[in-house]
Amino acid sequence: MADPVTFIAQWLRDYLTNLGLASEWISVIMAALGVVVLASAVLLVDIFLVWVERKVVARFQDRLGPNRLGPFGLFQPIADVIKLLIKEDITPQGADKFVYNLAPILALATVIMLWAVIPISATVAGSTINVGALYIVAVGAIGTLSIIMAGWASHNKYALLGAFRMVAQMISYEVPMVIAILIPVILAKSMTLTDIVESQSVWYIVLAPIAAIVFLIGAQAELGRAPFDLSEAESEIVAGFHIEYTGMKFGLFYAGELLHAMTFGGLFATFFLGGWRGWGAETYPILGIGYFFIKAMFMYWVIMWIKYSFPRVRIDQMLNFCWKFLTPLILTVLSITAIMDKLLTGVPYWIYVLAMLLMNLVVLYFVYRTVGSYARKERQKVADPAKVRVNFPVKASTTPTQVS
Amino acid sequence: MMSPLQVIFILVSAITLGAALMVVTTRNMVRAALWLVLALFGVAILFVLLEAGFFAVAQVIIYIGAIAILMIFAIMLTRRIAQDPGPQINSTWPLAAVIALAIFGLIVLFIQGWDKTMSTPPALPDGFAPLSDLGVALVSANQYLIPFEVASILLLAALIGAIIIAWDRK
Repeated sequence: MADPVTFIAQWLRDYLTNLGLASEWISVIMAALGVVVLASAVLLVDIFLVWVERKVVARFQDRLGPNRLGPFGLFQPIADVIKLLIKEDITPQGADKFVYNLAPILALATVIMLWAVIPISATVAGSTINVGALYIVAVGAIGTLSIIMAGWASHNKYALLGAFRMVAQMISYEVPMVIAILIPVILAKSMTLTDIVESQSVWYIVLAPIAAIVFLIGAQAELGRAPFDLSEAESEIVAGFHIEYTGMKFGLFYAGELLHAMTFGGLFATFFLGGWRGWGAETYPILGIGYFFIKAMFMYWVIMWIKYSFPRVRIDQMLNFCWKFLTPLILTVLSITAIMDKLLTGVPYWIYVLAMLLMNLVVLYFVYRTVGSYARKERQKVADPAKVRVNFPVKASTTPTQVS
Repeated sequence: MMSPLQVIFILVSAITLGAALMVVTTRNMVRAALWLVLALFGVAILFVLLEAGFFAVAQVIIYIGAIAILMIFAIMLTRRIAQDPGPQINSTWPLAAVIALAIFGLIVLFIQGWDKTMSTPPALPDGFAPLSDLGVALVSANQYLIPFEVASILLLAALIGAIIIAWDRK
């Protein structure tokens, strides 16, 4: 009873063996069944996420949110799905039909593919490949491709502009995010996600808080959520790359985005919050599933919290922040972590943890000083533009006369 | 009866070859680039079948995540040339066909003389860690340290060159 998933899998394996199938074909059947079960479970969670997202947004904006259909409005997503399914399906003139229809499927599929390597409990993990951390990066690349396809195939200038913005952002923020993932890899000395979880007797958010923060920011940008939602800036480009999509095709993008956010919550939990680890999770693996989803949901909530609290940034701010701040910062932290890890071989683990934490705090202090002085300079520029030399020539008529 | 590995191999190879053929026959450039992505993905799956997970993932990250996306970007920015109305073959095609057939014939000849085409791959030994072996090999002095460093310097030079080109001199 402690581990129903393994029990059922073992029972099924025995049953198929008794039927007289070859062992390698049984492995194929079991793998295919695993894919179907995991993907369906994730998609069922996704329907529920629509309700979660709407309810949480409502709380942040001092509203009630869906509250008519079913208890606490729980059946609202089902009504939403029915509405999306019976809407008119429009394909714009001049669109590349095949690519246009493939893009939303690919967008959702790549998110589900991420779940292949995430360990959900001590015994339940889709795949324990030895390059799990890199696999996540690779799948992200295919996600980028789906957005380009949507933007290009729609035959719409706004869609294309939105796709350009989104892809520029995803490619840029992939860099600090990938390097942030490397830090747990160094600490665990393995790229397998199950190993990373198992080696977290102390959560890595304690050993590597900076990497955790950078990963969270990178995830926010990768998701295209505020403050990085330039790709769907309503006042500029209407709705971005999915402007032409109607009905369930838009629904797939929407569901993909929600599930992506939740998946990044799960990845954050795996890399920095000990994944399924918790009290009694090793003896009772079913508890691990609960712990994992609690942590993932908490991080999903944090991602929503950021989204609904911050205003949108400008595109130059977005790129400068990534290339001139996040990337140098995380590269520094990566080199220091690698050197410290070599220096601290053989010391007791609690000293190792304390030293890593201390190093992160020292770096954070310097970051605070640097950012503080930069902010002072920027404020000065706004307060008294005459005193600071402006980099670009300003026409006399557009120069602000006086800022009081 | 074929093993599942062989079935998957034949399916993936067929898809890869078909996609590669579509790359050169499609007239729409963006579609050609997307077919190229499919072909590259097929190669990644072949790496997986050879239990070379790192190469598979690197293939996807570098070829699909970087090169293909860059190509699609470049093509999308020039929508006017995205449709290629010109002829798809030029006057030297018979020569090219002869050379291609000759090479194909040679490959078939060599594979026929080789007795291990139908053998199953040997199982990898326990505790075999190709990833850490690769990492150690790249930085140990008597293995690949110098090529690795030379490649790093080349990439650094390319990076600096990109910055210099994009530099907005005032």
